[in-house]
Amino acid sequence: MRRIPLPALVTGLTALLLVSLVCGVALGDAGIGPADVFRYLRAGLTGGTLPASDAAPYTIVWEIRLPRVVLGAVVGAGLAAVGVAVQAMVRNALADPFVLGISSGAAVGANVVILLGAFAGLGVWALSASAFLSALIAMVLVYAVARSPYGFTPLRLILTGTALAFGFEAVTTVMVFGAARGEAARSVMMWLLGSLGGATWAQVPLAGATVLAGWAWLRARAEPLNALSVGDETAAALGVQPERLRRELFFVTAAVTGTVVAVSGAIGFVGLMVPHVVRMLVGADHRRVLAVAPLLGAVLLVWADVLSRVLLAPAELPVGVITAVVGVPAFLLLMRRGGYAFGGR
Amino acid sequence: MRLELDHVTVEAAGTRLVEDIHVNVGKGQFVGLVGPNGSGKSTLLRCAYRALRPAAGTVRLDGDDLHTMKPRAAARVLAALPQETNAEFDFTVAEVVAMGRLPHRERTAAGDREICDRAMARTGVDHLAERGFLALSGGEKQRVLLARALAQEPQVLVLDEPTNHLDIAHQLDVLSLVRDSGPTVLAALHDLNLAAAHCDVLYVIAAGRIVASGPPHDVLEPELLAEVFGVRAHPVRHPETGAVQLLFDLLPPARKPLPTAP
Repeated sequence: MRRIPLPALVTGLTALLLVSLVCGVALGDAGIGPADVFRYLRAGLTGGTLPASDAAPYTIVWEIRLPRVVLGAVVGAGLAAVGVAVQAMVRNALADPFVLGISSGAAVGANVVILLGAFAGLGVWALSASAFLSALIAMVLVYAVARSPYGFTPLRLILTGTALAFGFEAVTTVMVFGAARGEAARSVMMWLLGSLGGATWAQVPLAGATVLAGWAWLRARAEPLNALSVGDETAAALGVQPERLRRELFFVTAAVTGTVVAVSGAIGFVGLMVPHVVRMLVGADHRRVLAVAPLLGAVLLVWADVLSRVLLAPAELPVGVITAVVGVPAFLLLMRRGGYAFGGR
Repeated sequence: MRLELDHVTVEAAGTRLVEDIHVNVGKGQFVGLVGPNGSGKSTLLRCAYRALRPAAGTVRLDGDDLHTMKPRAAARVLAALPQETNAEFDFTVAEVVAMGRLPHRERTAAGDREICDRAMARTGVDHLAERGFLALSGGEKQRVLLARALAQEPQVLVLDEPTNHLDIAHQLDVLSLVRDSGPTVLAALHDLNLAAAHCDVLYVIAAGRIVASGPPHDVLEPELLAEVFGVRAHPVRHPETGAVQLLFDLLPPARKPLPTAP
């Protein structure tokens, strides 16, 4: 069995991510050439001076595109990491926060804050905290309903998640229309399918820090995750407390999903596909999977966002449409393969 | 290391699965647990490797309460072979065996690899190291899981039906390997002849209670076997080794007494 050596893969993906970030900033419909983009980026990074005529395109690059692309990378990394965690937790490669309704649950929480206008002063913190709490509730609900004495059958889990996701989406839709601001329909699209259109620098620190912390936490538990993904009894025999680890995973997954959804809406299929592709590349060992998956997720989402901007420019598609176009066939393929051999050989 | 189950009772969903069990496994002893399906063997073993917590009683390792020990510390001295092979993700054999190193501290990658290689060689699966676990046969899986338990470098081994899925040569092989590898062993076994040949002490469990215990040939008496397993046993001597073997057939159906003349 051939596998790409891990250091080479991580280095390659990191380089690819940097290139993708630059491309993500350069590509767009405002007609700013790559050379200018580099000039603005350098000026922004080094504090150089620019002629006054460059003020408008500089603002587009520095205040609109760059935070959007960076946030895209953060969101992609977070969704991929959380996808790995959820799949290990429920021992099923068909699971991810979107399929299980956790993302839609988080969107409800974010909208409660927006609708009630509560904690308005806290801005993205209030959105994220509320999205986190409702993600946690959604997760506990799915877990409680889908669990049977024989564990999680894929069917039970997916059906429960899908049903709950529909419910949460309905609630979000009602809340957004109820808030009766302009552009309600557009706003609903953003929450249900995800969009990075509203990205600002203010959102980057909290989302970035949460995703990084979540990723680091998961990486430190890669070996217990291996044991948990084999079975509760095996985990117990290896000195891992499965119920306790699962409770901690609930918390971490909900925190990452919540903060990510608060800034980007419910973007689907990244958390489902990326872990699967990564397992094909490096095998099932979580020490490797968790090193690679967030990088790949970041690259994927940066490009999905670029496509969502340029395909129908100047109109913008929700980024979830792009991930769904890639993700749905992947999901169906996974379903067909049945409940075994998700290491991918 | 000594393993002792002291007045252990396990309940699940309000049902008593095993009740007031006392099992004593002396240092270096190989103790077998035999009993019909559903008698509580696996439940009892789950208590011993901490997948279940007893409702009453204690499991002790050299006198220390196993369930108050730190889980990792306990896993460094006690390894198990659970009956659980329904994995979803396709780890390689080497990755599965490497999980046995998880509870240990101060490890090096090279040291871990050496220990795992040795464990795989001992159970005869070293040639499968890079194969996917899910694609293996039942017997190969069983030997890989045993290699994982050995890679834990335990002083006590708890084995739930270690000979399941194994062909006859591997059954004998695995049991003598476990015997020779030194640790204290508590194993649930189905094959009574195999149990008799390898165990120092046998405990017979029926309906959640220990009904007999002692050296195998004192325990495996035809009356007890008829009562517990519902079979008729005939002890015969092995023509070459002279060891007592049991042959089984079903008990004759209970006949109604003939009506007597008034």
